[in-house]
Amino acid sequence: MYEAKENNGNVIEAVDLVKRFGNFVANDRLTFSVQRGEIFGFLGANGAGKTTAIRILCGLSKPTSGQIRVAGYDVYTRTEKIKQRIGYMSQRFSLYEDLTVWENFRFFGGIYRMKSALIRERADQMLGRLGILELSDAVIASLPPGIRQKLAFSVAILHKPEIVFLDEPTGGVDPVTRRQFWEMIYEAAATGITVFVTTHYMDEAEYCNRVSIMVDGKIEALDTPEQLKKTYNAGSMNDVFLKLARRNEEQMKE
Amino acid sequence: MPEVSITGEGVGKSYGTTTALKSLDFTVNKGEVFGFIGPDGAGKTTLFRILTTLLLPGSGKVRVEGYDVVKDYRILRRILGYMPGRFSLYHDLSVEENLRFFAGIFGVDVRENYHLVKDIYGQIEPFAKRKAGKLSGGMKQKLALSCALIHEPVVLVLDEPTTGVDAVSRREFWEMLMRLKTGGITIVVSTPYMDEAMRCDRVALMQQGNIMTTGTPQSITAAFPHKIYRIKGSAALNILSLTRKMKHIRSAELFGDAVHISTENTDQAPTAAEISQYLSAQGLGRHIISEAVAGIEDCFIDLMKQPDRHV
Amino acid sequence: MKRFIIKEFLHIFRDVRSMLILFGMPLVQVLLFGFAITNEIRDARVAVVDAVPDVVTKDLRNKLFASGYFTGGDILAGQHEIDERFRQGDVKMVVVFEPEFAQKLERGENPVVQLIADASDPNAAKLLVNYATGIINGYNRSLGTYPPQAVIAEPRMMYNPSLKGVYMFVPGIITILLMLVSAMMTSISIAREKEAGTMEVLLVSPLKPISIILGKVTPYVVLSFINAVSILLMSYYVFGVPVKGSLLLLLAESILFILLALSLGIFISTVANNQQTAMMLSMFALMLPTILLSGFIFPIENMPAVLQWISLLMPPRWFIFIIKSIMLKGAGLTYFWKETLILTAMTGVFILASIRKFKIRLD
Repeated sequence: MYEAKENNGNVIEAVDLVKRFGNFVANDRLTFSVQRGEIFGFLGANGAGKTTAIRILCGLSKPTSGQIRVAGYDVYTRTEKIKQRIGYMSQRFSLYEDLTVWENFRFFGGIYRMKSALIRERADQMLGRLGILELSDAVIASLPPGIRQKLAFSVAILHKPEIVFLDEPTGGVDPVTRRQFWEMIYEAAATGITVFVTTHYMDEAEYCNRVSIMVDGKIEALDTPEQLKKTYNAGSMNDVFLKLARRNEEQMKE
Repeated sequence: MPEVSITGEGVGKSYGTTTALKSLDFTVNKGEVFGFIGPDGAGKTTLFRILTTLLLPGSGKVRVEGYDVVKDYRILRRILGYMPGRFSLYHDLSVEENLRFFAGIFGVDVRENYHLVKDIYGQIEPFAKRKAGKLSGGMKQKLALSCALIHEPVVLVLDEPTTGVDAVSRREFWEMLMRLKTGGITIVVSTPYMDEAMRCDRVALMQQGNIMTTGTPQSITAAFPHKIYRIKGSAALNILSLTRKMKHIRSAELFGDAVHISTENTDQAPTAAEISQYLSAQGLGRHIISEAVAGIEDCFIDLMKQPDRHV
Repeated sequence: MKRFIIKEFLHIFRDVRSMLILFGMPLVQVLLFGFAITNEIRDARVAVVDAVPDVVTKDLRNKLFASGYFTGGDILAGQHEIDERFRQGDVKMVVVFEPEFAQKLERGENPVVQLIADASDPNAAKLLVNYATGIINGYNRSLGTYPPQAVIAEPRMMYNPSLKGVYMFVPGIITILLMLVSAMMTSISIAREKEAGTMEVLLVSPLKPISIILGKVTPYVVLSFINAVSILLMSYYVFGVPVKGSLLLLLAESILFILLALSLGIFISTVANNQQTAMMLSMFALMLPTILLSGFIFPIENMPAVLQWISLLMPPRWFIFIIKSIMLKGAGLTYFWKETLILTAMTGVFILASIRKFKIRLD
């Protein structure tokens, strides 16, 4: 029971996930699964319940009910195991600005009990890939936002997590960096890392393998971007989103 | 000639050794919606703080409605409406208390000026007693806009009003701005979302403290100097890496569910058919290629990649 | 202006933390200092070694234990038990009577009462020994027939005859609280506006800096004043601390000090850009010196010369002197006009400095 088990290559499996705060239902019977190596877009209007669901999947908050397994572990009892197997990056917090690039790598690698030599090896590899090996001793605060963003992602996948959660990773980023960032996501996914991502840029929704759209705590749609556009007879994901995310969030938010 | 509302000549600003603004020139006409478009760190907020008399320009001159932002800051503070990033509201005060307070500091009465904000404030009025901190992003945005409009400003300055707000609220917000514009107010707005540029009368594309280009969105996209091809296929990453290896290709970038390729302006540049042939020869499966019209984002990326753009 | 002040009150009344600091703190502090943290000794456990009890030793013992300072009165078997009892910690002092005490006294010899105190708490030990010595001396004098010394010192504690600690603490608490409420709360509330970005909007409005400052400060003047009055009332009714001098003068001096503290708070907020910095600055730059260097707890006379010099710069030092003079000595302005002048000058300097430093822009 406590052993990790893989079901049909799904790294996230949620059945009837419910989270209530008092009378308010933040997540209403969410049922979905995410496959290994998939780029899964998790969209929704502000206050639709995305953050609540991500917190549960990361083991930071207990669901009210439902069966949820992440990386094969139960979110009620095995959060420690889950935390070792996931990576997390958000727009708000990513790196320590007063530490150098290498110090950040060493710190975050240390959290996952990685050996120094291994951290060094992977960090060099990642910095080499980004073409910024020489910035290893630069303080984060001195780097342009675009590079910081890419470093934050590198740090989040340093320990080769099974799943990486990206919460609005590209907010306010220039269009070139944004694309380079997505190319990094594709590369990570190609190595088998599952990517669970939220964004307000609807063009980025097109980059995902599958997209779910949350409205008022429910998953209103879940499919490939291609199929969603067909189903809702829309030219782009932006139109799909506008059609789905109706304006009742105002009344919902408490 | 349209009447001028704001002029900037050689506006620069440095903090210590870092240069936030490099010497900007721009004009905003009366009654237009002017957008400063660019990512974080482009200098938009610094520029807006100079426009609103909150910062002194390090160099150059800025005049708003004929008043100098340094000397005449007292007069300007009466006629400006300003909405800083992150919607500066008092989270522990209710919706109506916020509006009343901001009316109070400008010495106007909410009831007398209600007609100015009726259209926007009316939408959140049912929640008048709710604390501003408990509002959704879209509602905060409406309240902040009402607070910035209640004293009937001549110029409205909005710093990233749509950041952190979902696509639905963003669209609504722009619809509100379009309605406001009909009243003749000059609106200066900044945003990191390239698609919002199309909503503005004129825009300045900003990057690293520079204005790369200024003009109507249509004139900017029309001036895109290269051919663009749009390729749709199942393996976008493959398309990217394959096309980047081709000769006479300037760039290949992801655009939604497709890849945009721009080619060099030479006779040797590949045609759509040639690109398609090449991709098929490299083992790429079914794909559709067509010539496309450049969007603002294509222009922005292209300008960013020109090393000599601000000489 | 009116809107501004209403808004400030709303902020304060809606924030549980502010309300606690404003109204919970005075109550807790007065009660804490009044009841718990006291430097008086009551009911200290004391044991006795009295190998051969007689009339005189019994009489002395009765006197000691009737004083209210001491309780217990276990008779130990001998000197060897003293160490043991101190270690157990249940006894703070042991009174050892010489054997044949009464006889020796009659014979004109000087019998000895030994006072052995547990000086691991030196202050308490000193107090206990002092109390006991006083009682024994009193007994000596009452005997009359036998003057133990040629010169007898007769101490009298003026202004606070019963040496009540609470007399000492009330002025200190008023000072601390006025400092805390006025300086810390204003600096934090201004820093909060900067953090939330609302300061930007205020600056872009036609409000003048002076209006912003006054709007911020007015509610705290009112609340601090209410605070000072309630502490005075509480200390009068609960602990019987008198106000011997002019109440009006006391309140006027308090307002002066509130203004000083507020201008300090504004000054701090011109330096601090977020609530955390404002809090730290107020704590370390204001609270600690108020407590440590103002003479509130540690007498200034005993400080090293350097600290004495620094304490001259501490506004609380002057204010504590003034309110002590009014409350306990009943002194008037003629007695502390110098101190008042110093406070006024300090207030002026800080108000000027903070208005000058208060930026009309962001940089």
